[in-house]
This record gives sequence, C-alpha cells and structure tokens, in this order.
Amino acid sequence: MSNLRGLLKGKNNLVVSLVALGVAAILPLFFDPLSNLTNNFILAAAFVVMALGLNIVVGFAGLLDLGYVAFYAFGAYTIGWFASDHFSSVNGGEGFHIAAGEFASNLPGIHLNFLVIVVVAVIITGIAGMLIGLPTLRLRGDYIAIVTLAFGEIIYRFAVNGDEITFGEGYKLTNGRQAISPIDSIDLPGFAPFDSAFSLRPFYWFCLVLVGIVLLVNFRLRDSRLGRAWIAIREDEVAAASMGVPLVKTKLLAYATGAAFGGISGAFLGSYLTSVNANNFQFGFSIFILAMIILGGLGSIWGVAIGAILLSFINTYFIPEVFNEVPRKIGLEFDLTILNFGIFGFLILLVMVLRPQGILPERRRALELEGVGAGDAIEVRAP
Amino acid sequence: MSTNTATADPASHRLSDTLREAASKYGLIAVLLALPVYLAISDLISKGNLTDLGNNLVLGLSNGAIIALVALGYTLVYGIIELINFAHGEVFMIGSFVAFGLWGTFGISEGMAVPGMIVGLLAAMIAAMIVCGGLNVMIERVAYKPLRNAPKLAPLITAIGMSFILQNVGILWRGSSQASVPDLINQSNDLVTIGGVVINNGDVLAAAVTIPLVFLLTSFINRSRLGKAMRATAQDPDAARLMGINVNTTISMTFLLGGMLAGAAGLINLLYQTSIWYFQGFQAGLIAFTAAVMGGIGNLKGAVLGGLIIGCIGQLAEFRIGAEWTAVVVFAYLVLIMVFRPQGLIGEETREAG
Repeated sequence: MSNLRGLLKGKNNLVVSLVALGVAAILPLFFDPLSNLTNNFILAAAFVVMALGLNIVVGFAGLLDLGYVAFYAFGAYTIGWFASDHFSSVNGGEGFHIAAGEFASNLPGIHLNFLVIVVVAVIITGIAGMLIGLPTLRLRGDYIAIVTLAFGEIIYRFAVNGDEITFGEGYKLTNGRQAISPIDSIDLPGFAPFDSAFSLRPFYWFCLVLVGIVLLVNFRLRDSRLGRAWIAIREDEVAAASMGVPLVKTKLLAYATGAAFGGISGAFLGSYLTSVNANNFQFGFSIFILAMIILGGLGSIWGVAIGAILLSFINTYFIPEVFNEVPRKIGLEFDLTILNFGIFGFLILLVMVLRPQGILPERRRALELEGVGAGDAIEVRAP
Repeated sequence: MSTNTATADPASHRLSDTLREAASKYGLIAVLLALPVYLAISDLISKGNLTDLGNNLVLGLSNGAIIALVALGYTLVYGIIELINFAHGEVFMIGSFVAFGLWGTFGISEGMAVPGMIVGLLAAMIAAMIVCGGLNVMIERVAYKPLRNAPKLAPLITAIGMSFILQNVGILWRGSSQASVPDLINQSNDLVTIGGVVINNGDVLAAAVTIPLVFLLTSFINRSRLGKAMRATAQDPDAARLMGINVNTTISMTFLLGGMLAGAAGLINLLYQTSIWYFQGFQAGLIAFTAAVMGGIGNLKGAVLGGLIIGCIGQLAEFRIGAEWTAVVVFAYLVLIMVFRPQGLIGEETREAG
C-alpha cells in the first residue's frame, strides 16, 4: 500500500491521472455503444465528479455535509429550467436561445448551450452552497451535519411540491414527481449533437473530460494556500484561526467549491437522463455520495475517485445484475435491489469500524488514525 | 473624569448585554409564538372563535407527546456521550413493527373486550420496549463503542449507516409501502367536547402513556443510583470513572432507557396513526431531534417541552399550510433554532454549540 501511495505522490500525479483517464477513455470501445455497461460507466464518471466535490467539504475542510443532494438538485434544475420547454411562453412563445443546437433552437422555452448551462450551474450552486453554509459557520461538528441535512430535506420538499408554486405566466417552480422533460441533449460546437439513441460514448467521453478538469482543480486546490487552510480548519479550527486562517471565507469557499462540482454533475445528469425528477433528490442520495468518499478514504482524491467508481458499480451493476437473484436462490422472496441502501449503510459501518481511513487513505489522516500524531511522524524520520 | 467613564462603561455594557441576552432568550419564544398568534388573530377575524385553533393544538399536544418520548431518547444519549443517535428514529419504527407483530400472538383484535385489550396492549408495549431497549444497546455496542476515541464525526457516520440498515430490515419485514393497521381504540372517536374543542380517544391514550413514562424516567434519573451514575457520566466521564462508576455499563443503560421509550412510542404511534411504514422512523426521528434541540439537548424537561411545541407547530402547519409542507416548516424551525439559539429554550450551552 505504501508503494502505491508513493506512486501517487507529487509529479507522478499528472502521469497517473493521464494514464488513468486514457485507460478510462479507451474502455467503452470494447463494449457496445448502447450497452448497459456504457451507461454504468457514464453514471460512475458523473458520481466521481460529485464525490470529489463533497470530498472538498467533508474530506478537506472537515465539515460534515449531509445535504449534498441539494446541489445535485440545483444543478439539475438549472438545466431543467434553461434547456427545456419548461418556460414555454417565454418571448411570446418564440423561446429564448443562446447557441442552442439545431433541433432545440426552434423550440419554445429557454434553451442555452450546455457549456453556458455549466457556467450558470456553477454560479447558482456556488451561491446556494454559500447560503446553506452561512448558518453553519458558528456551529461545529454534528450540528453542521444536522443543519445541512435539514436544508437538503427542505430543498427536496420544494422540488417535490414545486408544482404547487407558480409564478409569471403560470410557470411551475418544478414539475415535482412528474419531472421536467425532455431536456436538450448536449450539443457542443464543432461536434455532432449527442444522441443517446445512437451511441452513449460521446456522453461518456464528455463526462470524462469533466472528471479530468475536476481532478486537476482538486489537486491544484489541495496543494494551494486555500487547500492547506481547509485542512488546517479540519485539524483544529481554533489553532487555524489563531494562525490567521480566515474561518468565514475559507469555510464558505469550501461549501461553494464543493457545491459547484455537485451542480456541474447535476446538470450533466439532467441532460443525460433527459429528465429532472424530484424523486432523485432524497436524503439517501446524500448518503450514497458520502459513502463513496468514506469508502475511498476521506480527503484522499484518488481514494474518493476509486470509492465513487466502486460504489456506483455496486449500485448499477453488482446489486441489480450480478447478485440480485441471490436471495431467491437461497429461498428468500425478495430482490437484492430493495436493499441497496441497507448495503451502503452496512459498507459505511464496516469501513468506519474496521478501516476508518478508507481504501486508499490520505497520508495525514492515515497517520492520525493509526494513533501516531503528525509530530511523532516527523520525529521518527529525524536522524 | 476617568473615574466617571470607568463607572459609566460597565453600566452601558451591562445594558447592552441584558438586551442581547433578552433578544436571544425571548427571540426564539417570539418566533415560536408567531405562527399560532397569527392564526389566532386570523381565526378571530374570520370566524369569531378559536375552536379550530384549539382543535389543532389538542392534536398537536397528543402528537407532541409521542414526539417527546422519541426526543427523550435523543436527549439522553446526547447528554451522556454527545452523539446524535441517528438510528434512534429507526428504533422507534422497529418498536411499531414489533408491537404490531405481537398483536396476533397476544390475540389482540378489533372489537374485543376492553379489559382484555388493555392487558394485551400493555403486554405488547412491554415487549416492544424490551426489544427496542435491547436493540439500542446492541447498536451502541456495534456501531458506537468501537469509535469512542475516534474523531467525533465517525460515530455519527456509523449511526447513519445503522439507520439505513434498520430501514432495510423494516422493508424486508413488511415491504416498502405504507400499510394501515386495525383501529383498535377507535382513535378518532370524540370522547369529550369542551367549548367546541374535541378530545379523541387517541389524545387520551397519548397522554395516558406518555405522562407516567416521563414521570418514571425523571424519578429514575433523579433518585436511583444508576440515574446518579448517568448524571455523573454526562458531566465528566473521566471523573465518573475515577469515582468508581462503570462508565460502559452506564452508557449501555442510557441506550436501554432511550430504546425502551422509543418502543413505547412505537406502540402508541401505531394506535394513534393506525398505519405502519418502514420510513416512519426517519421523519419522526428528525422531528424528535428538532424537539430535543429546541428544548436544549441533554435536558429532559426540554425534550418534553420541545416535543409538545414541535407537535403543535407540525399540526398547525399540516392543517393551515398543507400536509406536504409540514416537514419544510419543522426543518425551517430546526435551522432557525440551531443558528440563533443552539442551546435551546431551557438547556445550558453545550460545548458543540458554543
């Protein structure tokens, strides 16, 4: 394990990233472009983006956010509002378009290009992240968890009941459980429009580019002044403050950055699934993402990426396709899929009790959890 | 001159401090009263009486009594090891399931003679209390005890894991859809009407079970040896250990008591709501936690008071705003309390909140 950790250190990071992304990029060529497996790859990549976002808040800054699903919702509704015919009578029924694809540019409603949507989603979720973070600034530990959980639930209820809230010319805030659909497909300038009926590969490669960007941002942030400030706050808030770390700014930036990643991924998933349904924004989803980063190793970027891929495949492949029939084979009358959250809960419990540092731990945290203080570690190395 | 300012300064400080103290102390009460007072005024203007509000509040109080029982479990555990026992709502749910499962065993059915039913229900309640108490102790052993020296967020995370596991136990047990159960006590039967305000069988039941249990619990904690040990451990576990208190046993007993209350609440909830669902624990747990925080977490009286208040707020929101928005109103109160008065109505400041 220590060799592996050494491999992932320093300059090697870039090499490892490029190799990993390169292998990941070739992977779908071995499978049918419309197969379920390709779909699973896409979801896994989207969850890597989300998990890396939550990792900034929980893993780096140590603020346990149990309402991360709120940012998935904000990102998804950004694309739901601005890349569908939801606001159907905007501009006298003509619609409002910015660089929308050939197909979408004749439809009523607001249609922005996906790249514009990403920018809008980052802004909206970043602001939402700060607003949700603001009330938690004075709080510590488990109280933050509960306040963020409450916010997550409030956003979920608004998503579900949003069809009761109307404004303007009878526009609904959300479509609740009826879902806002269809959503414009991704249409990048210079590329053919993505068509999920023809091939899923473009979605995958696009999401892989997002993963690459997010990985880069994560590494750069972690090694920056801001990243060190986050880790300092996580280790000891009072000590960090007395060393001159501005708590308010640093914490809010953690919330905003983490939220923005959730928003990007949410917008992508909205477009890929072609619908934004309030049912997707339940508390369980926050825990699903949290389980990924705990499984992988809180604060460890590669660990979190691996955890996300693993848990995503457990959710989309191993539970429903590989092991689904197991209970029936041993004479029990249920499918394993109904137990997926119990399985995630069990994994969280198991990892937390047996290997709290995760699969691929962050070095600093591993040292702490092994009962060796950071100071001791330095002393050991001194001649 | 200098003496003048010296005497004037502390005085002005004291004044501003008093003002700030008053604002933080009565601000929450004002926020809490805002909804009922507004509704009372609008009722008086539109209908000329307060019957509707009274009915809402009666339902709120009986609902709140059930919430209070669950909230006591949160507050007991938080008081002693400063952990939000996230799985507590699920223990309450399992209590309902166990009690319902035993109805058949104890021969309880609709329309049976009253004395027989009371004996049967009491037996079911005691069984549910024992199972839930044991379950809560087991949860502590498996999920929290190994992490007692880990970072503080670790046991909270395992608590969430435990909560999901128990929800799935519920799904395996009774499927994933809400089911209705026989209305044994004729829950919505009007028992008495005082000035237009109706009190049903369900309200009486909730009060009849909750009040004795709360009295038993408070006298247990205030009078018994074990209660003294619990209070000592809550104040300072290390000092308690030095004084010869077995801290591990004391913590287990706390979980046992909390679980037993949740089991009792599970049975009352079954009779009161006449429905059963694997998900009932999650929502009830969050609401009860809000109640515990509102009263001041770690404070028994506070949990009961908070439960009653949250029950009333929930009912007012349900009847006046719409049932689908109840959760939003309750969680909004939770956020407000957490932010502006994390020590709650009558609790002391906890280390976390300060």
